Amino acid sequence: MTDDIVIQAADPILDVDRVSVTLSGRQILDEVSFRVGAGQFTGLIGPNGAGKTTLLRVILGLQRSVAGRVSMLGQRRAPRHQPIGYVPQKVLLDPDMPMRARDLVALGADGERYGLRLPSRQRAAAVREMLHAVDADRFADARVGNLSGGEQQRVLIAQALISRPRLLLLDEPLANLDLRSSQEIVGLLARIAREQQIAVLLSAHEMNPLLPVLDRVVYLAGGRAASGTVDEVITTETLSRLYGQHVEVLHVQGRVLVVAGDTPATVPLVGTD
Amino acid sequence: MFAAGFMMNAWITATIVAVVGGVVGYFVVLRGSAFPAHAIPKGAFAGAAGAALLGINTLIGLAVFALLGALGIGSLGRRGRHDVVTALALVMMLALGAAFLSRTTEYEPEIYSLLFGEVLGVSASQILPTALLGVACIAAIAVVYRPLLLASVTPEVAEAKGIRAARIEMVFLVILALATAMTVPVVGALLIFSLMIGPPAAARSLTSRPLLAMILSVCIALATVWLAIAASYLYNWPIGFFVGALGALSYGCGRGWAAWQQRRRVASAAVTVLAEHPGHA
Amino acid sequence: MHQLYTAIFEPGFFASPQVHVAAVVGGLVAIVSAVTGVFTVMRGQSFGGHALGDVSAAGGSGALLLGLSPVAGFVGLGIIGAGVMDMIGVRRLRGRDLATGIVLGAAIGMSALFLYLTSTQSATTGAVQQILFGSIFTAPVGSIPITIALGVIALAAVAVVGRPLLLATVSPDIAAARGVRVRLVGLLYMLALAVSVGLSSLAIGAILSTALLIGPAATALRVTKRVDYAIGLSCLFGVAATWIGILLAYDSYYWGTSHLGLPVSFFIVAIVFAGYLVSGIPVAGTAGGRRAQMAQPSVTAERDEIAA
Repeated sequence: MTDDIVIQAADPILDVDRVSVTLSGRQILDEVSFRVGAGQFTGLIGPNGAGKTTLLRVILGLQRSVAGRVSMLGQRRAPRHQPIGYVPQKVLLDPDMPMRARDLVALGADGERYGLRLPSRQRAAAVREMLHAVDADRFADARVGNLSGGEQQRVLIAQALISRPRLLLLDEPLANLDLRSSQEIVGLLARIAREQQIAVLLSAHEMNPLLPVLDRVVYLAGGRAASGTVDEVITTETLSRLYGQHVEVLHVQGRVLVVAGDTPATVPLVGTD
Repeated sequence: MFAAGFMMNAWITATIVAVVGGVVGYFVVLRGSAFPAHAIPKGAFAGAAGAALLGINTLIGLAVFALLGALGIGSLGRRGRHDVVTALALVMMLALGAAFLSRTTEYEPEIYSLLFGEVLGVSASQILPTALLGVACIAAIAVVYRPLLLASVTPEVAEAKGIRAARIEMVFLVILALATAMTVPVVGALLIFSLMIGPPAAARSLTSRPLLAMILSVCIALATVWLAIAASYLYNWPIGFFVGALGALSYGCGRGWAAWQQRRRVASAAVTVLAEHPGHA
Repeated sequence: MHQLYTAIFEPGFFASPQVHVAAVVGGLVAIVSAVTGVFTVMRGQSFGGHALGDVSAAGGSGALLLGLSPVAGFVGLGIIGAGVMDMIGVRRLRGRDLATGIVLGAAIGMSALFLYLTSTQSATTGAVQQILFGSIFTAPVGSIPITIALGVIALAAVAVVGRPLLLATVSPDIAAARGVRVRLVGLLYMLALAVSVGLSSLAIGAILSTALLIGPAATALRVTKRVDYAIGLSCLFGVAATWIGILLAYDSYYWGTSHLGLPVSFFIVAIVFAGYLVSGIPVAGTAGGRRAQMAQPSVTAERDEIAA
């Protein structure tokens, strides 16, 4: 409902229409609908286990939905043809692995193609450009396994971006980062979204680091979703409806806190940091 | 050492084997597939032993069991733990081998050479088939190099690009089976494994560039095999002993080098910190 | 009715002294392997368990060469091998399997050497075959006491470190926080595994050693998630597979016209393998199985797990 109120100048890059997913008898997603437009930074927020990863997998075409449709640029999704950049959760890179940051990014360009690949000046230039865009020139030749969490995240983002996607999906990219790295990554992503007019969809269970840059929010709880601007979605009424129980949305010193129930023993659900 | 005809055959075939071992081994180490790299040749050996006793060409028994092993591990591995299915597939093949062996009470000297290699007994007629199979192996790796690399390093990103993990694993296992079939008659079932583990493990400690690491892996494998042949010729001890020892040595050197590099990195990072914050101790 | 009985239990089965020894030795070894195996499978150390079998065999070849007791060779080199594997092992499963492989490669090289030297010294042909494919029916009666002794040692070791080992396996960080010496516990477990595998390789052969270590335990762990149940079931499966295998092997001499029979190892492995496959059927068909599949997206992800 709230989607219709927001005016979008261009066609949405991503259109998720009443997607439902059931796994081993449990309904993980229930008629989730939202849209992401070019240059928009959208946060997929929800507590752990809410189904954020499942939703991302549906968008990627790796998980089948029981009902609903996902379309990109007006067409049904197919893994090979639509350029989607994907930064997965929890990528463990072996410190012994012989792979530089530069090589990892290069794999993002054509890693899925079979056959021999000749060294190409064009590709090398593209790799340099991507590394520069994510501010990773310093450690471009270091082993990926030796990099810090934040540095690895930048390299993975560069890997996702080199294929010039229209949509960039990130699964909990901030989960294991310290506050400063978190802020840097968020700033970087917001800049990329704006400058390259890419639709960015990022999942997180803490929304406060994202508040300054979020254009829209898709809040996922109890399998249901509400989407719109932060002010429209992050309200006591909307979230209580989603959670199926009374939750309070508190604004504390510029931060948002979502707590369950109105008893003294409140349990923070989302938004604490 | 170089004059006798059979020695030339040995050098040539061993070289081919080392190249294939170094290339395939690069991915074995990258993917952590040490167990399948041991299990497939060993299971294949059971097939060869059985074939020898049933009067069939051993190479056929070898190839059939190697392929069965690869397919078994790949398909069972979709549902079960990988190391468990590898172990069970291996023992099933060995048990079949034992069943074949029980059909006769003879002892086959060929069995020792199938296990530990008889590179000094390689005939000239074996060179061409070995070379052709080797080329096939290398070509297969060249074709799947990029998807295999991507799937080995960031499997989720590969999946998002349409590379199914289970399928690429199966492709890799089949290539491993092919490499097995061509190398086992030369260096033996138990030793191709050492060539696929030690040299690549050492190589990756020496460089962080993927392609260079593969080339170094081949170089170290070549050095290992040549030294082993020379030593075996000079001291009459089995070549397997030298391959195993050199493999362990190259692995140890690689680990040592990596540890030393690590210490240097930490030290220089500490120096940088001190330089930036001169006031701190 | 009587015909059915004799079809199943061919004449002389229960009276045969060979069968008695095989049943006792096999049963004992099956139990020790089953218990150790549960931890082995949980820790993802199937390769280590198998490799130690080959390492023990190298020890056996060495003992043969030096004229030492085979037990000393099998168990001795096994313990050394386990110690080295543990020492050079790394935290990730990938790195640990690599270290296992290196030790295995070196041990195989030693095997090659010992067997070669043995064959030049004496005319013992068939040594390779014996060590690799050794049969349970050739285990002498005198091996029962040593089997019991070693088995008790291995089981005792597992019993002592069992609970901290379990915690360290499930979550090394929590274990460390609770004061568990994770590295030490891991080493003790490896040593117990070495004794168990050394024992089983010697008593029932290399093939059965791995099969009875991994198969029943893996099957049991698929059937139940509770460790104590898994240990019990694993013992049950292991002993059942062993005894039925012995029975079938005995019967097989009466099959067909050649009267050669099939080896015991073949039957036991086939039963263990079949049991594992069957246990996978209910898991695969359900959505729970599909979810388990999703949770294990790739081989390489499995090997990225942090090993304790």
